[in-house]
Amino acid sequence: MTALSTEALAPSRLRRGATRTGARILLDTAFSALLFVGTIVGVIALATLIWTIIDDGWARLAGDPVAFLSSYVSRLPARAGIRAALVGSAWLMVLTALFCFPVGVGAAVYLEEFAPRNRVTTFVEANIANLAGVPSVVYGLLGLGIFARFLRMGPSLLAGALTLAVMSLPVIIVAARESIRAVPDGIRLGAYALGATRWQTVRRQVLPAALPGTLTGTILALSRAIGETAPLLVIGLPIVIFTLPNDVRDPVSALPLLIFDWTSRPQPAFAEAAAAASIVLLALLLAMNAVAIFLRNRYTIRW
Amino acid sequence: MSDINRRTARTGERVIINGLFVCAVLSVAVTVGIVAVLLVDTVQFFRHSSLVEFLTGTVWAPGQGAGEDGRYGVLPLLNGTLMIGIGSIVVGLPLGLLTAIYLSEYANPRVRGVLKPTLEILAGIPTVMVGYFALQFITPSLLRPIFGDERVFIFNAAAGSIAVGLMILPIIASISEDAMRAVPSSLREAAFGLGASRRQVSLRVVVPAALSGISASVILAFSRAVGETMAVTIAAGNSPKVTWNYFESIQTLTASIAQTVQGEVAAGTVRYDALFALGMTLFLITLIMNLISAAIVRRFRQEYS
Amino acid sequence: MTHGRTQVMKDEDQRERRLVDVVRARGAEQRPGPAEVVFRLEDVHVHYGSFLALRGVSLEINSNEITAFIGPSGCGKSTLIRCLNRMNDLIPGARVEGRIHYHGQDLYGDGVDPVEVRRRIGMVFQKPNPFPKSIYDNVAFGPKVIGMQPESMDDLVERSLRDAALWDEVKDKLRQNALALSGGQQQRLCIARAIAVSPDVILMDEPASALDPVSTGRIEDLMEQLKRDYTIVIVTHNMQQAARVSDRTAFFNAEPAQGTGDRTGLLVEFDRTDTLFTHPADRRTEDYITGRFG
Repeated sequence: MTALSTEALAPSRLRRGATRTGARILLDTAFSALLFVGTIVGVIALATLIWTIIDDGWARLAGDPVAFLSSYVSRLPARAGIRAALVGSAWLMVLTALFCFPVGVGAAVYLEEFAPRNRVTTFVEANIANLAGVPSVVYGLLGLGIFARFLRMGPSLLAGALTLAVMSLPVIIVAARESIRAVPDGIRLGAYALGATRWQTVRRQVLPAALPGTLTGTILALSRAIGETAPLLVIGLPIVIFTLPNDVRDPVSALPLLIFDWTSRPQPAFAEAAAAASIVLLALLLAMNAVAIFLRNRYTIRW
Repeated sequence: MSDINRRTARTGERVIINGLFVCAVLSVAVTVGIVAVLLVDTVQFFRHSSLVEFLTGTVWAPGQGAGEDGRYGVLPLLNGTLMIGIGSIVVGLPLGLLTAIYLSEYANPRVRGVLKPTLEILAGIPTVMVGYFALQFITPSLLRPIFGDERVFIFNAAAGSIAVGLMILPIIASISEDAMRAVPSSLREAAFGLGASRRQVSLRVVVPAALSGISASVILAFSRAVGETMAVTIAAGNSPKVTWNYFESIQTLTASIAQTVQGEVAAGTVRYDALFALGMTLFLITLIMNLISAAIVRRFRQEYS
Repeated sequence: MTHGRTQVMKDEDQRERRLVDVVRARGAEQRPGPAEVVFRLEDVHVHYGSFLALRGVSLEINSNEITAFIGPSGCGKSTLIRCLNRMNDLIPGARVEGRIHYHGQDLYGDGVDPVEVRRRIGMVFQKPNPFPKSIYDNVAFGPKVIGMQPESMDDLVERSLRDAALWDEVKDKLRQNALALSGGQQQRLCIARAIAVSPDVILMDEPASALDPVSTGRIEDLMEQLKRDYTIVIVTHNMQQAARVSDRTAFFNAEPAQGTGDRTGLLVEFDRTDTLFTHPADRRTEDYITGRFG
């Protein structure tokens, strides 16, 4: 009646292949192989990507690193350097952090510790979730329309930093909220029992405990921001610039902008320069992520 | 909990708490700002250009100078965006899903400890670099040798799709893996107990149970692909046209914005306003997709309670 | 339930009496023919990593009987039953020493495929775990997955649901989601699912402990019927249940291991149920069944 005979199901036949037909065993093995291949392709792609960049740009960078890092841009690829872009990116990062860290943490603290559970709070939370999914180029348009044009900041360090800060805000809020949530309630209850107000509890117990996780999340958010090109492109930050910023209203360049420009040029020498600049950017990202991970491992309290 | 707030907060603290409230509400201000800035100039744009031509025209050629002579039909850009969206899912979905199944159902903790950071690194690569990789490696060393120099343009949609596919792979992998790990192990035990192999447990029990999370991840990834700018601008080119040939160069909504801002855009011109019309289109598309994704997660949350 | 001391002792006496009555009432059953040994365990030890969970278990399980494992929590009953269908393989660090013979074959021998083992030795779990699919698809899952190609899957599903005493309640809603059923119904569905693949043995790990008394009774009645076609091993912490349904009972206990604070499980006594409950050979068994501990 059934295709599996009683003989096939006999207790004595416990070896492979008794009821599991060859075809099924083949499928099992093939699937495992497929999983392995599928996973490894991603890894290989990443490795190839990093290898391509290093291979293309190493000679240019290692040939004369000082010159590369300290020269401004030039029509001639051999003389072009990332000085303005590198300094610009550094300034952008500092200013962005200055804007979005307090606001992001403040919003997270409010939402986690003080906000009543009502429709307003739900709306604010849904809003933040939506902002996280807005394309970076749309943030650029926001920066262009409001910061650069309407508020007349022009394509400046200020406009760029504000735009990047606004873009990083949802990410920081989420990271900070998770860190705050991880602080056990027992800590809070202990503080209340001693007569502390809510703010005192937050300021003296919750925030310090949530700080490592929040910092880690912030650094990771900033490391994403530093690699962003589209918003800065739309605002109109210059690529060709021969001065360093003295004031927040001065124009600045940025490393990813420069990489974009050089990549778009037909001369192979510029491609090498783009790769070299990418290596610098990767090194910066690596450093930032290393700091973030170090902070997380060293200072996170394991409740 | 806000009782403690009201009862014992001192005046100074009230100020602080209000300040924190402002921080939270600032996020709403951001959304308002985005919508406002897009809306104002989009309306402005449609004063000069017909909505019908925008939605149905097949030529996108912003005019010179004040742009009065430009043709602003968005279909070629939508076509390009769609090509990249679909193409990147074709690349990213199988790879991401296979990786997720492997991580969730097959891999031991040591392998996971290596693979998960690798995925995060892939997710953290700046998009300009992925674009560089597409232009300098994918097209010359992969696509052209396989498909022929004559057929594959220097800038082509396939390279853009592969690049964006690599970028969305971590999204699909990580969210799908979370969804699969959330499937209760009692279900796996039941299937193993019946004599199912690991493949059968993964494909017939775990993946179906995690389907809502997996679908949400795909929609989220598609939304991200639609919003991607730099990699497609570098790899896929700037030729707006309606085509389905992946070896040609195309232009996406995002790339068009990037191209336009690199030129002269004086405020008040049609070219300038067109930027915001495109931005509005992008914003609406991604907003709808993100809402759908969230709705899927919410609706099917009780799948196995 | 607040009782005075005297009341507690009265309950103990009542419990002991009832157990004995139950067992005696069953004594009239006749066993059909000589028993065939399905499982023979020789000096089985189970380690989880460095922790010894169970030691020195030797017993035999006969066909078409219900064998019960009883004992206080943490004494290794569930561990042992999971060795019988190699479910412990799925736990990293689990190690089985000693021999487990299944119809004369070493269950853990070279070349033995755990998947094949589990197709012959099915399992029903403590908490009902139907798949989030329709009732029909739950029962049909096993046959599909192991490659049975019945002439009529509908017939197979119906037969399995009848044998699990669930058919009448679900015959009109086979396409409904299984999670909509009550706890007792879900557990009977899990039993139907297990028998759909025509196993040789059905293992039940505390099958009724998550259910209400009425459902428990129905499951116990079901077990009586099922043993005609299958060999059944159950783990239960409910002594009355063991007394009511099982033919043989194994009593396990846990004792502190030397040195560490962990407790290792061991088999104390294994006998026909009526003997174990009326004249336990070991003092510890007697203490347990009279409720002096556990």
